[in-house]
Amino acid sequence: MNIVFRLAWRNLWRHPRRTWLTTGAMVFSNILLVFMISLQFGMYGLMIDNALQVFTGHVQVQASGYNEDKKMRQTVPDIIPLANSIRTTLNSETVAARGWAFALASSEDRSFGIGIYGVEPEFEAQVSNIPGLVSDGRYLETDNAAEIVVGSVLARNLHVKVGDELTLLGSGLDGSFAAAVVNIVGIFDSGVNDIDRNIAEIPLRLFQETFFMEGGGHQIVVVGDGLEAVPAIRSTVQSMLPDDSDLVVLDWDEIQPGLKQAIQADMSSSFFMYLVLVILVSFSVLNTQLMSVLERTREFGIVMALGLRPGRLGRLVLLETAMMGLIGAILGAAAGGLLTSWFTSHGLAFPGMDEMAARFNLPARMYPEVNVLTLSAGPAVVFVFTMLAAIYPALRLRWQNPVDAMRVA
Amino acid sequence: MRLFGVLFRLAWRNLWRNHRRTIIMLGAIGVGVWAMIFMTALTRGMVDQMIIDSIAVLPGHVQMHHPDFPDDPSVSNRMLISEADLKKKFDGAGFKAWAGRVRVPAVISSERESRGVTLLGVDPDAERGISFFNYDEVDGRFLVDASDQGIVIGRRLAETLETGIGKRVVLMSQDPDNEIADRGFRVIGLYSANTKAVEEAYAFVGKATVQKMLHIGDTTTEVVFLSDDYRNVEATFQAVMSATDESVSVRRWYEIDTYLGTMLGVMDGFVLIWIVVIFLALSFGLVNTLVMAVFERVREIGLMLALGMKPGSILGQIIIESMLLLTLGLAAGNFLAWATIVPLQDGIDISVVADGLEMWGVSSMLYPKLYASDMFLATGVVLLLGFLASLSPAWRASRYVPVEAITKV
Repeated sequence: MNIVFRLAWRNLWRHPRRTWLTTGAMVFSNILLVFMISLQFGMYGLMIDNALQVFTGHVQVQASGYNEDKKMRQTVPDIIPLANSIRTTLNSETVAARGWAFALASSEDRSFGIGIYGVEPEFEAQVSNIPGLVSDGRYLETDNAAEIVVGSVLARNLHVKVGDELTLLGSGLDGSFAAAVVNIVGIFDSGVNDIDRNIAEIPLRLFQETFFMEGGGHQIVVVGDGLEAVPAIRSTVQSMLPDDSDLVVLDWDEIQPGLKQAIQADMSSSFFMYLVLVILVSFSVLNTQLMSVLERTREFGIVMALGLRPGRLGRLVLLETAMMGLIGAILGAAAGGLLTSWFTSHGLAFPGMDEMAARFNLPARMYPEVNVLTLSAGPAVVFVFTMLAAIYPALRLRWQNPVDAMRVA
Repeated sequence: MRLFGVLFRLAWRNLWRNHRRTIIMLGAIGVGVWAMIFMTALTRGMVDQMIIDSIAVLPGHVQMHHPDFPDDPSVSNRMLISEADLKKKFDGAGFKAWAGRVRVPAVISSERESRGVTLLGVDPDAERGISFFNYDEVDGRFLVDASDQGIVIGRRLAETLETGIGKRVVLMSQDPDNEIADRGFRVIGLYSANTKAVEEAYAFVGKATVQKMLHIGDTTTEVVFLSDDYRNVEATFQAVMSATDESVSVRRWYEIDTYLGTMLGVMDGFVLIWIVVIFLALSFGLVNTLVMAVFERVREIGLMLALGMKPGSILGQIIIESMLLLTLGLAAGNFLAWATIVPLQDGIDISVVADGLEMWGVSSMLYPKLYASDMFLATGVVLLLGFLASLSPAWRASRYVPVEAITKV
């Protein structure tokens, strides 16, 4: 074994330039793969977290069908007691009840149709980042005060500031005319235009009175410790609902199917690009190994004539390839890791990215996520393809006749 | 010229001395070039579709507003130009199409539900060719003229509102004095669009009807202009600019929707980066092949030099060989790309991730777009960079000392 190993190592350095060019191709692809995969993982994690922490949470209780239709009468009855008992059962504060309605908000000068959330001021901050994003004034405090917080764009469009009054006009649960006059106590700025333009929040009890909800609401949001906790929370909450109720427990993926699909769509197009890179590297390896086998035809003929089995020669070629592949994988992972780590601490931005990032509720600077998986996935795949590319050159030896081989000029 | 002929023949024959190596390298170049063009075509198709869809909804390639309207989309920021004046200015001025519209935010209510919509008061004759849907594809019927009393809404909005053709809805908006203006409309038609978001966003009514409802005489909030191609709107923009003064603001589509404009730029950058990355992955193999080709022929090159061939001719010969290899590979790759894209031009159904794509603003059919300019770009980049990459091995070959080269074992 030792001698085969040494033989392979020496054969590798017969043409240092060729070996380095071939490993160079591997290192180049590995650096790219490590960097891109780390960047994607960092981005996907952020995309999910950022999207969920606005309103969605991890798990929600809703009336069945509400998620698609968002109709006023698809209510969760007695929502506040139910939210309380979920809080007790899960022994967790990160549970909050909400109602949602559409209304016309009018200031002195302007009127716009907006979505109104009725929220529990005490608990909303545990499940959503909107309370923390109030940049002017304060968030809601009392359970049934005639108060409202509005998005920054909406405030600008309505020509209002903290302290002004807004009139809300809409229709209640029974279809009757619903109206309320509320004071603006805070303005939030999430950075996402659609949210800042279209959303306002009032206390849930005020919401229930205004829209004649009879104690009902539309969603109970639960946030757990990370996405891993979701299935457990879901089944606990599910078991609390009476069997005959019209309520369903949905996880974040069911509430916002677009999120996972956007990630899948992005992943499949990157997958194509990575595959092309890896295939090009394999071509390079195939070429190098085939050349290295062909130029040694006479040499192989002699050792075969001396009694060496073609199988062992084949293994020699594979061993050479494996050595080369390993060098490429290690150097590539190391260089890729260094490059990526630099961006992990400094962040990455390119022109136009902030526009695109804002659309997905992402920060304007990206921080790739380096871990064992992102470091090793790319190099591992490149290594496997490298070995696959060496199969043909290695197998060729089996069909080689020693005498013919020795005669090759 | 005769010298070139000789060098060309030498290069061509040398190329096929080691046909396996050449074929593998051709395979690599072919796959690489195919991937460059194929991926570019998919990207172009996606972005094109996205921009066309979005412009169709905007709509128009150039728009004219009151200078305050973009920031404060209220009917009080309408343009105080009468219908007759607009006609005088723009009719027969060579626009592909133009139309004055009333665009205001409104609340639409059925007996069941309320939602916010963008209310568009349009003149159906002027809108022909501007609207994002075909009048004939509307369920029921589209508006007949500007004083039609009906309303046309999206299919999805009708579902949400639980309304349908023949039923009544109420629209609420505000007039210039900030008084609530409301009016009942009968739903006369339902339109379909590429995304659900669009089907929920817009409601069409007769322009004259909405002008009466809002008490704004015959004034409009926006005038939209279509040019022949969205990529070239400068002529239209200039024509509108010269026909108007500072009392209105005129903007191009990429100034109205900056996300789209950015997207277009980012994608152009992406295409170039992708082509260069693929080339770099290829270049290792290319240089490797040339280095090997030179290495095998050291003695022969030494002999040619000794016989009086100029070093420049050796250099030229190697570079011609490299260019021949690249040209063949490029031909194969371009052909492959063309052959795979053409059958896909009727569209690829990617609706499994439709919700996710909607987040990107992309519809669920992907139509690859093969532009000659992208094929030229890929070909040009590969030839140019390929030339640069072959300089080093070719230069080394031409610098051999004849005596040393001939005696090299």
